[in-house]
Amino acid sequence: MLQLSKEDLVKAYTQMRTIRDFEERVHDEFAGGEIPGFVHLYAGEEASAVGVCMNLNDKDNIASTHRGHGHCIAKGCDVKGMMQEIYGRSGGLCGGKGGSMHIADLSKGMMGANGIVGGGPPLICGAALTAKTLGTGAVAVAFVGDGGSNQGTTLESYNLAKVWNLPAIFVVEDNGYAESTASAWSVGGGSQVKRAEAFGMEGFEVDGHDFFAVYEAARDVIAKARDGGGPSLLHVKLNRYFGHFEGDAMTYRGDGEVDGLRQKRDSLVIFRERVAETGLLESAELDEIDKSVAGLVDEAVSESVAAPPPTREDLTTDVYVSY
Amino acid sequence: MSGAAIQAITMPKWGLAMEEGKVSAWMAEEGAAIAGGDEILEIETTKITNVFESPVAGVLRRRVVGEGETVPVGALIGVAAGADTPDAEIEAFITDFQANFVVEASDAAAAPEPEMITVAGRQLSHLVMGPEDAPPVILVHGFGGDTESWLFTQPVLAEDHRVFALDLPGHGRSEKTGAALDVAGMAALLADYLDAVAGSAAHIVGHSLGGAIALKLALDQPAKVKRLTLLSPAGLGAEVNIDYIDGFVQAERRKEIKTLLQQLVADPSLVSRDMVDKVQKYKRLDGTTAALRALAEAVFPGGRQALVMKDKLAELSVPVQIVWGSDDAIVPPSHGDGLPASVTLHRFDKVGHLPHMEASGDVNRLIAG
Amino acid sequence: MPKKSFRQAINEALAMEMRRDPTVILMGEDVAGGMGAAGEDDAWGGPLGVTKGLMPEFGRDRILDTPISESAFIGAAAGAAATGLRPVAELMFVDFLGVCLDQIYNQAGKFRYMFGGKAVTPLVVRTMYGAGFRAASQHSQCLYPVFTHMPGLKVVIPSSAYEAKGLLTQAIRDDDPVIFFEHKVMYDDEEEVPDEAYTIPFGEANLTREGDDVTIVAIGRMVQFANQVADKLEGEGIGCTVVDPRTTSPLDEETIIECVEETGRLVIVDEASPRCNIATDISALVSEQAFSALKAPIRMVTPPHTPVPFAAELEDLYIPSPERIEEAVRSVMGAQA
Repeated sequence: MLQLSKEDLVKAYTQMRTIRDFEERVHDEFAGGEIPGFVHLYAGEEASAVGVCMNLNDKDNIASTHRGHGHCIAKGCDVKGMMQEIYGRSGGLCGGKGGSMHIADLSKGMMGANGIVGGGPPLICGAALTAKTLGTGAVAVAFVGDGGSNQGTTLESYNLAKVWNLPAIFVVEDNGYAESTASAWSVGGGSQVKRAEAFGMEGFEVDGHDFFAVYEAARDVIAKARDGGGPSLLHVKLNRYFGHFEGDAMTYRGDGEVDGLRQKRDSLVIFRERVAETGLLESAELDEIDKSVAGLVDEAVSESVAAPPPTREDLTTDVYVSY
Repeated sequence: MSGAAIQAITMPKWGLAMEEGKVSAWMAEEGAAIAGGDEILEIETTKITNVFESPVAGVLRRRVVGEGETVPVGALIGVAAGADTPDAEIEAFITDFQANFVVEASDAAAAPEPEMITVAGRQLSHLVMGPEDAPPVILVHGFGGDTESWLFTQPVLAEDHRVFALDLPGHGRSEKTGAALDVAGMAALLADYLDAVAGSAAHIVGHSLGGAIALKLALDQPAKVKRLTLLSPAGLGAEVNIDYIDGFVQAERRKEIKTLLQQLVADPSLVSRDMVDKVQKYKRLDGTTAALRALAEAVFPGGRQALVMKDKLAELSVPVQIVWGSDDAIVPPSHGDGLPASVTLHRFDKVGHLPHMEASGDVNRLIAG
Repeated sequence: MPKKSFRQAINEALAMEMRRDPTVILMGEDVAGGMGAAGEDDAWGGPLGVTKGLMPEFGRDRILDTPISESAFIGAAAGAAATGLRPVAELMFVDFLGVCLDQIYNQAGKFRYMFGGKAVTPLVVRTMYGAGFRAASQHSQCLYPVFTHMPGLKVVIPSSAYEAKGLLTQAIRDDDPVIFFEHKVMYDDEEEVPDEAYTIPFGEANLTREGDDVTIVAIGRMVQFANQVADKLEGEGIGCTVVDPRTTSPLDEETIIECVEETGRLVIVDEASPRCNIATDISALVSEQAFSALKAPIRMVTPPHTPVPFAAELEDLYIPSPERIEEAVRSVMGAQA
């Protein structure tokens, strides 16, 4: 924690707050009928995306999941462009052609949210191979859920990353549920770390509500990968505040489960407590960040509502580079 | 003609790759009197369709191969004899010929093959035919052409000449890299090539842009040139069909190429599918388009010929003949007007920009003569 | 010009592009072979020796043997393509697409559209297809219609050695994902292939024969059969134009329509299963755009709607034969076989 500058801490908190506000607002707007399609929210998991991505630069690539907004923000995607994308506007990051599940910005090393569970791990093996082949020193990170951890693509990717000795990191974000199915039931053997070890990788279990724990664990495995030390895995245990998708009544969750989490396991609250202990950031400075983030999200929504949709001409462009 | 011996008319071999030919049309009826050199049929090869001049004189007694039929090189396609030679003797001749006819094995080892040669640091491809001690002839193709432009010429001349055909840089199998040369640069390279392959001054035959290059060589280094034959040459006027040139540089698709090639000849049906195919294959090679574009810019800047040498023709002391098709759509036939008396001009009606293909018999005789 | 086999043509295109562009890499199961084993290195060069010799020249950093994990390595190829390499991934048999289709069509094929035109994915997947090898149901299929159906992918099916080198070179230089089909019984077929690099553009059909009476559109290996039939019938005065589309996506609709308008009769030969294959697609195209030019119903020559059988007698019956093509041509000419 002491290795982080004040500037870094401000950045980390700003991103976490942005994710939280963004998702809470999308939740409200979706409920109001403003947002079309399938939307999966990341609120509650902020410390994972930000704790990992604080160790990355634009040359490093990440692949995300259907629950991708947090990873996008943490990797530096433009927040207003994201919101417009979620609204299906031509000014969105993907011109309104991708939507919530396919937000990407390759210039920031964000290889896309992904509508296919387990879609990302093979892709980041490729990004890691590019880094290794071209000697760029970059790494690649796959975020995958506890559901995705059971896909063959993920397990094959562990093996490929190991046998090719790729600068790849697999971050299993275990929020306890694959859709409505508990990971306590669906993950055979229970431990993602043991799975990593079975493939000859190092694996670490991390408290995903604690930014600093995630940051430090990610820092070590990323440094090792950059050094040619090969792939590793982080099993990040965390919780989501909302349903699998917006509209999920969450009848599978226990009574008061989410309320309890919001009170006791809020990564933003935990972060504020930790920085207050060190005296590096005053509470007032953090309040200022909260305000400025709220303003940004407000603007993102109002601009998205007013922005024009794509046109008929956009329907058939961007399928091929040339055809 | 009575009493003339029975003579076989057989499928000719035009070019190295020709293994068979199709009789696309007969131009003489059975019973017609034919003289040597008469156009008696059209033969379609994989490269081009060409008229076939009778190698024999007499009465055409039998068309052995019907229109539309394809037979191997050397096969009997017709029989000439005297008008009074009995039919039975004609039949016996045919039976005997067919019984003894053996398809010439496609003997790649024996046939001359193009070879690579380094000239002034450039990798060039060339094809050499004919007896080593025979007088040298050098064939220089035009823009976008190659050694195969001479497929009706080189084998015929090679009977009593040492005939060298080269691919200019950017053409055929020669290098597609390196800076583009203008006409003077090409002429200097041609001089180096001549020094490398021929022991003495040579008869230079140039077609189109190759004609300008040959002429420039004769003006700059007259000692290297014994005789000059220019076919539809560039270098005698400023105009050139630049739309054709630009089109050829850019063309990729079969239809574009076919339309362009048809502009080269008076009779568009002469352009065969394989001729189009061959040009398309050449155009696909890495570097071809860039090389042709650079060459076009060097020799036809602004759409006009950069080098006009008409007023210098009179300076030449070697024999010069110029051949032009009246229907040439690429280099205006009017560039052949007002030549000095020392230059002989031969014009051919119903011939376009490729007299050595469209009137190969006549042109071959002019070159050999 | 030197004669080379279909196998050599492909090997040469790979080698030349790898020399030309250091971002071109090759990956697949046993593309070199012998990885980690005690014996010979470059032991296989692919199961049929197509990539033999590349590893000694380019090294194991660019010729990557993979575990048998198509999902992971085809996906890795997609990810590498989106991040700066030009990977050529070998899917040994196209029948294995069942274990890696997601990476091809949901990922690589859609990046560009989903990401609003910002992604470039220069991926080539080389794959063996086709019956005639007595390789039975799971190693013999012609699955190019599956990929042709999917926007974002380009589908290339070369019909000869010359075509293979030029089309593969184009595929590697192309900025879109390309599925490149190699018919396993064609590897030893020889023809003249230039030593130089050259490209054949996608979306321009080749006319391998020209005639006035019947248009035969044939795919991949079937082009050879169609040529045989055209040559035979020419002697009888039936002129056939043989159209080799070369690529089914993009498809040169214009040439097909033009040829049908010139001949008025159409036979389509496709080794793929008959429902929703290229023959049905072209038939629909011609029915819609050139119906009035047709002098006879369109004939499709395809296998039956069955898996590819093993027994030689059955497999020979399964594959469209020159005899069946000839019968179809005669039938559209109005004559009995």
